Amino acid sequence: MKVAVVKYNAGNIYSVIHALQRMGVEPVLTDDPEELMRADKVLFPGQGEASNAMQYLWQHRLDEVICNLKQPILGICIGQQLMCRHSEEGNTRCLGIFDTKVLRFQPHRHEDKVPHMGWNDLKVRKEENDPDMLFKGFQNGEFVYFVHSFYVPLCPWTVAETNYIQPFSAALHKDNFYATQFHPEKSGSVGERILSNFLAL
Amino acid sequence: MLAKRIIPCLDVKNGQTVKGTNFVNLRQAGDPVELGRTYSEQGADELVFLDITASHEGRKTFADMVERVAAEISIPFTVGGGISELSDVEAMLSAGADKVSINSAALRRPELIDEIAQHFGSQVCVVAIDARMDDQGWTCYLNGGRIPTERGLFEWAREANDRGAGEILFTSMNHDGVKTGFANDALSRLAEELSIPVIASGGAGEMVHFRDAFTIGHADAALAASVFHFGEISIPDLKLYLKKEGINVRM
Repeated sequence: MKVAVVKYNAGNIYSVIHALQRMGVEPVLTDDPEELMRADKVLFPGQGEASNAMQYLWQHRLDEVICNLKQPILGICIGQQLMCRHSEEGNTRCLGIFDTKVLRFQPHRHEDKVPHMGWNDLKVRKEENDPDMLFKGFQNGEFVYFVHSFYVPLCPWTVAETNYIQPFSAALHKDNFYATQFHPEKSGSVGERILSNFLAL
Repeated sequence: MLAKRIIPCLDVKNGQTVKGTNFVNLRQAGDPVELGRTYSEQGADELVFLDITASHEGRKTFADMVERVAAEISIPFTVGGGISELSDVEAMLSAGADKVSINSAALRRPELIDEIAQHFGSQVCVVAIDARMDDQGWTCYLNGGRIPTERGLFEWAREANDRGAGEILFTSMNHDGVKTGFANDALSRLAEELSIPVIASGGAGEMVHFRDAFTIGHADAALAASVFHFGEISIPDLKLYLKKEGINVRM
């Protein structure tokens, strides 16, 4: 199986590569459209700032490539946010795969610290008793690791939600497009199971 | 709900973990990557690796260790010790660390906090503060607690917060190694005055001390070393205990 990781100007991409390597997969890190299109699975991870990231994607024509992929693609953290329509961060037009906006957390109480950082639990939505394929074998109340100041509100593509300040989309899915706000690559064995579910799609 | 975090801290010298009692008298406690992986499997929420090596070769060994940790361990980890400029931060992040902790360098040149926050984001920047309480109140110390400064704990923590620190790691030198509990009064005041998470450090001896750091000290995370390294408290037991005490922890 050929697994590609989208190369762009976001940080923390190597932790995804390490996680894949621990699972016995040797991914290619590339911004070459051909190579991305040929891969069986694509990961679109990273941490960074939305407007700079989008600028890079536009300049390298990666926006078109990502939107037109037919194989499963998993956006992680800023990857999920960039797959939405618009982000409040830098007032940025994003890829528009999920027709929803990305908002900044607004603290209500002193305890509401931004960024939302640490381990929080997931509520996985079930359609006709089945969770999304990404969450096969997942039990409610399991924890995953988050680091983010912006969030995707609940929307028709939400497949898992987390409550911080208010409920928000911890994971999205539409057709071949998957996304998580949390970092499966930093979420211990739970995260590994989610990555392995993605690779098994 | 966001979980309270349990963080084992590994002091690393020449590739081996060590832990001091009251910051002196180091004892050996194993290979850092092995130990880190064990803690991760036991349910530690994050790891902190502190480089206490002085030599140039030691620093290289530490960077190699950071790469091994990143490759082998699937939970977030912070590295600290000897980070004094942006290029040190860059080197640690590209070796795979999730966060860096800065201490003396930030006291000497507070702008370092702004720089890290601007270049890499606040979430990367943990400001560690070693402070001791005496008749004058809480005073910050440099160089692993050896040199007192003019700075008070609360005003320095506030400044670090405002400059863009992502977290404050507060070690009470009065409590460190004594195993009679964390500095809960000071922790509680930090929690009240700051808008960023506070990690409690120094004083863990029994499981109840962790509970108190969360319930009385209102800490977001608690860090300890020797109680974990020498098996006095096991992380699974600690998590079960905290959950039973009504604290939200990741099981």
